[in-house]
Amino acid sequence: MPMKRQQQGSVLQRLVLCIPYAWLLVFFLVPFLIVLKISLSQTAIAQPPYTPAFDLAAGWHGLVTFFSGLSLDNYGLIGSDPLYILSYVKSVEIAAFSTLFLLVIGYPIAYAIARTPRRAQAVLIVLVVLPFWTSLLIRIYAWMNILQRDGPLNDVLMALSIVKEPPAWLSTDSAIYIGIVYSYLPFMVLPLYATLEKLDESLLEAAADLGCPRWKIFWLVTLPLSSSGMLAGVLLCFIPIVGEFVIPDLLGGSRSPMIGQTIWTEFFGNKDWPAASAVAVLLVGLLVTPIVIYQNQAARAVERE
Amino acid sequence: MVVDHLSLDIYEGEFFALLGPSGCGKTTLLRMIAGFERPHAGRILLEGIDLADVPPHRRPVNMMFQSYALFPHLNVEANIAFGLKQEGLAKREIDRRVADMVALVKLEGFGGRKPHELSGGQRQRVALARSLVKRPRVLLLDEPLAALDKKLRGETQFELMELQRKVGFTFIIVTHDQSEAMTVADRIGVMDSGRLIQVAPPAAIYEQPNSRWVADFIGDVNLFAGRLGDDGLSIEGTAAGRLRVAVKPDAEPGTMVWAAVRPEKVRISREPPRPGLDNCVAGSVVDIGYLGDVSIYKLRIRDGFQVKVVIANVGGHAGRAVGFDDQVWLSWPAEAAIVLTR
Repeated sequence: MPMKRQQQGSVLQRLVLCIPYAWLLVFFLVPFLIVLKISLSQTAIAQPPYTPAFDLAAGWHGLVTFFSGLSLDNYGLIGSDPLYILSYVKSVEIAAFSTLFLLVIGYPIAYAIARTPRRAQAVLIVLVVLPFWTSLLIRIYAWMNILQRDGPLNDVLMALSIVKEPPAWLSTDSAIYIGIVYSYLPFMVLPLYATLEKLDESLLEAAADLGCPRWKIFWLVTLPLSSSGMLAGVLLCFIPIVGEFVIPDLLGGSRSPMIGQTIWTEFFGNKDWPAASAVAVLLVGLLVTPIVIYQNQAARAVERE
Repeated sequence: MVVDHLSLDIYEGEFFALLGPSGCGKTTLLRMIAGFERPHAGRILLEGIDLADVPPHRRPVNMMFQSYALFPHLNVEANIAFGLKQEGLAKREIDRRVADMVALVKLEGFGGRKPHELSGGQRQRVALARSLVKRPRVLLLDEPLAALDKKLRGETQFELMELQRKVGFTFIIVTHDQSEAMTVADRIGVMDSGRLIQVAPPAAIYEQPNSRWVADFIGDVNLFAGRLGDDGLSIEGTAAGRLRVAVKPDAEPGTMVWAAVRPEKVRISREPPRPGLDNCVAGSVVDIGYLGDVSIYKLRIRDGFQVKVVIANVGGHAGRAVGFDDQVWLSWPAEAAIVLTR
């Protein structure tokens, strides 16, 4: 009897385990394979705007024509045109610096929240996620208003005599950084808060007891013990920022686009679906490495528990 | 007020236990010595120097935490070395002292392990080593054995005593476990509601408690309330009648006093005891609890008053000598009773 029950349990367990895999299959792997296929196709003035099309009705012969029609030409195009390389570099650069700013700004915020009395913590966390209650688009439009040449930011800077001439913010990298750091701050603060809040107070006391002054306790105990939260926050910000489209498109200039803008232009401006797909596939490849690092770290953290 | 009007001297090289129920302020007192809490009034002197303005990291005392508070990201050796590194000692000196300490707490071969890879007993020893390696003037131990299972706790108590004798530092241990305090400590301070009730060696605490509270908190006790007789050596009107005691208490005749009699000092017999035995009273057996090494008897005497008696099971069937509802005689010598005035 217990044998049987165990087997039933394991069947049920497997079924439950299947759900996330099925989800990934339907909503990630299948779309990705479609994009991969398009990236190997050629543009055509047709509907859909690429060849070859997959035609099951033509049987074996159709399958052969289909596969012979695929090529890596689009990937060659990406390698030959510096526009694509430059937008990859630009995206990684913006993502890297924004993530650094986010860490530097987010850590003190998370630390302060984790150190306030428990009842106030809930309120502060609600305040951190409060911006999510408004659409990102509306908030970015608000920033466009703030960053205008005669907008509130320049008014304040002029009033405080920090600048003599009102500088142009919009269509600059500064505007992109402001928009990104503002939008992603909760994604940095929340995982950091989650680890800092769990930090055992007695460890800090033990370090003090063993002769460690306060600032050193931070370096030797608090910081290393919040490394998992820092890693989570960094990846949670870095990965989506690389592919960010709305913020650079609305706040940044068009001279050196980020990769999201390049994909958009290829898709909708040039109607070149295959080239756009190739750029997108390479972007996924670019982001797989940090995702794998994160997965490894998370798995190790679970093991330690 | 967690700790109130408390004055206490602890001697160099002493193993001192602060004993009391949870919430009595003993941990707060320990944390004051460590520097994590500040007294609103009063002073803490160490070798004549006031510690009030010395921050925790400069105090020559170390604490072993109840949760052990081992650094999870450091291995055993790095945990033990942590305090020495703060002193800026040479690496060679640190390595030597850490190795000595690892050997002292018998953790050879575990130096490279992280705390989560150790058993509870091993973690406890790492915590002990980490606080000892700095050679503190005073080592503070906050419920150091509470997280261990009962058997391991018993063994570790003796190891702790041995260790203290070996290193010769002053140890102050906080515990709510009276047998632990009795086992390890040279002197015990019994605390209740932030005040020290009695400070004495273990045997004195048990044999001469200074109040009903201490007598009741340390071990079991039967308390007979009555008025002190004119000769000062008898108590009138208790549930067991007139009781004779051996020592004159510091109280006026006629005042309310209590005779405290430990359960293991009472004898039970079927026949009335020989005349001349100091105190005896008739009763019937209500309950018997067989614990293996001893049996606990609950007996009812006059007016429904219950008396607890503990008898060692020295014979094979000692429990059968007296059964439920048997009519028996209880007796104890005058010296067995302690007279308490509060």
